Amino acid sequence: MYTFSSKLKNLSLILMVLGALGIGYGFFTAPKNTEEVEAILASGHGEHHEASASKHEAKPAHKEEVHVTEIVKDSAALAVNHLDSISKNVEEGHVAAVATPAHDTHEAKSEGNEVAHDAHAEHAEHVEHVFHQLQNKPWAALYVAALFFMLISLGVLAFYAIQHAAQAGWSPVLFRVMEALTSYLVPGAIIVYVLLVLSSLHFNHLFVWMDPEVVKHDELIQGKAGYLNVPFFLIRAAIFMGGWIFYRQYTRKNALLLDETNDATYYKKNFKASAAFLAFFLVSESMMSWDWIMSVDPHWYSTLFGWYVFASFFVSGITVIALTTLYLKSKGYLENVNNSHFHDLAKFMFGISVFWTYLWFSQFMLMWYANIPEEVTYFKFRIEHYNLPFFGMVAMNFVFPILILINTDFKRVPWIISMAGIVILCGHYLDFHNMIYPATVGDQWFIGISEISSILFFLGLFIFVVFTTLAKQPLLPKGNPLIDESKHFHY
Amino acid sequence: MSNKVIHALYNDDDVLMDAVKQTRLAHHHIEEVYTPFPVHGLDKAMGLAPTRIAICAFLYGLTGLSFGTWMMNYIMIQDWPQDIGGKPSFSYIQNMPSFVPIMFEETVFFAAHLMVITFYMRSKLWPFKTAENPDVRTTDDHFLMEVAVNNNEDELTSFLKNTGAVEVKVVEKH
Repeated sequence: MYTFSSKLKNLSLILMVLGALGIGYGFFTAPKNTEEVEAILASGHGEHHEASASKHEAKPAHKEEVHVTEIVKDSAALAVNHLDSISKNVEEGHVAAVATPAHDTHEAKSEGNEVAHDAHAEHAEHVEHVFHQLQNKPWAALYVAALFFMLISLGVLAFYAIQHAAQAGWSPVLFRVMEALTSYLVPGAIIVYVLLVLSSLHFNHLFVWMDPEVVKHDELIQGKAGYLNVPFFLIRAAIFMGGWIFYRQYTRKNALLLDETNDATYYKKNFKASAAFLAFFLVSESMMSWDWIMSVDPHWYSTLFGWYVFASFFVSGITVIALTTLYLKSKGYLENVNNSHFHDLAKFMFGISVFWTYLWFSQFMLMWYANIPEEVTYFKFRIEHYNLPFFGMVAMNFVFPILILINTDFKRVPWIISMAGIVILCGHYLDFHNMIYPATVGDQWFIGISEISSILFFLGLFIFVVFTTLAKQPLLPKGNPLIDESKHFHY
Repeated sequence: MSNKVIHALYNDDDVLMDAVKQTRLAHHHIEEVYTPFPVHGLDKAMGLAPTRIAICAFLYGLTGLSFGTWMMNYIMIQDWPQDIGGKPSFSYIQNMPSFVPIMFEETVFFAAHLMVITFYMRSKLWPFKTAENPDVRTTDDHFLMEVAVNNNEDELTSFLKNTGAVEVKVVEKH
C-alpha cells in the first residue's frame, strides 16, 4: 500500500493555493476598458512587438532587392542587341515616373483631412482589438493548462487501453499507476467542460464563432454553423467526456474486482471494453481536437490535426507515467518494477516524440510548400509572432529527446529519463500554448504570472487527485493473468 | 604445441547455456560456439563484449545528414539558385522544409547501408566465401562448443562429457 506522504500533499496544496492566487491576479490585472489598453500601448509594450515584426519582414525584402539587381545586370549584358528598344522603354518609364508624383500630391492635398480621420478610426479599432486580446489572456492561460492536464490523463488512458487490448506482458505492474493517473480525468474533464460552458455564455472570447455579432458578418463561419453551434458543441463535449470517464471507471472497477475474485471474466471484460474504447477514442479524440482546439481558428482547417494533437498528449501521458513510476520506485513502493520497464517507457517516449515531430512537420511542410493563403496564415502568424515558442518546441520535443534517448544505456538511467521527461512535458505545454494563444491572444502573448500560475494550480490538483487515488489500493494488481510475466520482465 | 581443439555437441540450447557457464567457471577457453539459431543470452554467458555497430550506424547517419544538406545547399542554393515555382532560394534555411525529405532519406540510407556493409566486413561475409562450418548438424538441430586444448585432453574430454554433451571429439585444427 502506498501512503500519500504529507510532504507531497502539502506541496500539492501549496501549488494549488499559489496557482489560484496567480490566476486571480491575472484576471484582476486584465484591462477592464480601452483606456487602460491605451496606457499599456503607450508604455511601449505593443510597439516593441510591432517593431520586431516589421524588422523580420524587412530582411528578406532587402535580400530580394539585391538579387533583382544582379539579375538585371545579367540580362542587360545579354540584351546588347536590343539596346534601342531598352532605351526607349527607359525613357517612357521616366516620363511615367515624373507624371505620377505630381498627380499623387494633388490628390493627397484634397484628401488629407480624410486620411487623418481614417488613422484615428484605425487606432481606435486597434485598441479595441488589443483590449479583447488582453481580456482573453487570463482565460487562455486557464484553458490551455486545464486542457493540457486533462489530455495528459486522457493520453494515459489511451495507453492503458492499448496495453489491455494488446495484452502486453510487460506493463501490468504499472496498471495501478496508470489507473491513478487517469483518475484525474474526472475532475479535469469537468473543469474543461465548465470552461467551455463559460465560453458559450460569453464570459470570454476564446471561441470567436460563439459570438453572434461576428458570425453575422462572417460568411465562412456561417457556412460552418451546422457543426459549430453552441448546443451541438456542448452535447458533443458531454458525449466525449462521458465516454472516456465511463470507460475509465468501468475498467478500474473490473480491475479491482479481478484482484479480489481472481475471476478471469473481469479480465476478458476489460479486454473487450478496451478494444471498444479505442475505437470510440479515435473518433472522439479527432472531433475533440477540432472542437476544443482547431475551432479557435474557425477560418483554418487541417486534416491531420486530430492525430497531431493525439501524438502531443499521448507522448506527454507516457512521460508522466514514466516520471510517476520513477518517483514511486525511488520511494521504494514498486518492488517489481525494474530497469527494463523504464527502458520500455523511455523507448515509447522516444518513439512517440519522433511520431509527433513527423506529424508536426507534415502539417507544416504541406502548408508551407503549397502556400495557399487561406491555410498558410496559420503558420505565418506563428512564425512572425511566436518564433521562439514555435521553433523552440521543436527543439524540446524532437531534437532534445532524439539526442538523449537514442542511447540504450541512457534509457535506463533515472535522472536522464526524468530530465528528458521534464523537457518533453514543457515542450508539449508550449505546443498547446501555440495552438490556442495565436487565435485568442494574438501578439499580446507572454508566459507570465497568468500562465505559470495556471500550470501550478493544475499541477497541484493533478498531484493531489492522482496520489490520493494511488493511496487507495495496493500498487500490484494480483489478479491479472499476465502479472507474473510482467514481474519478471527483462529486456 | 599442437593446435588441437575439442568439439562438444549438444542438442538443447538450455544444456548448451549451462555448459558454457560451467566451462567458463572452470576457466577453459571457449574458442567458438556454433548454433542453428540465435540463443538469447549466449553472448552474455560467453562474456562477449557488446557490439558497437549502433554507434557506427549513428555516425553513418550523421554523415548522410551532412551529405544531404551539403548536396541540396550546393545544387539548389549555391550553384544555380533558380526561382522554381516561387520557392525562396536565397539561403538554405529559407527553403529548408522542402529539403527535409531528402535529408531524412539520406540519413536513413547512409545509416542502414553502411551499417550492413560494416557488419559484413567485421563478420567476414561475402558471396564466394567458403563456409566455416565444423559440423553440418550445427545448422539444423545441434549446438557445438569449441574449446581449446592445452595438454589437458583427457581431463577436458571428461569435463565436457559431464556438461551434458551428446558427443565429444578431439579435432586437429589446421
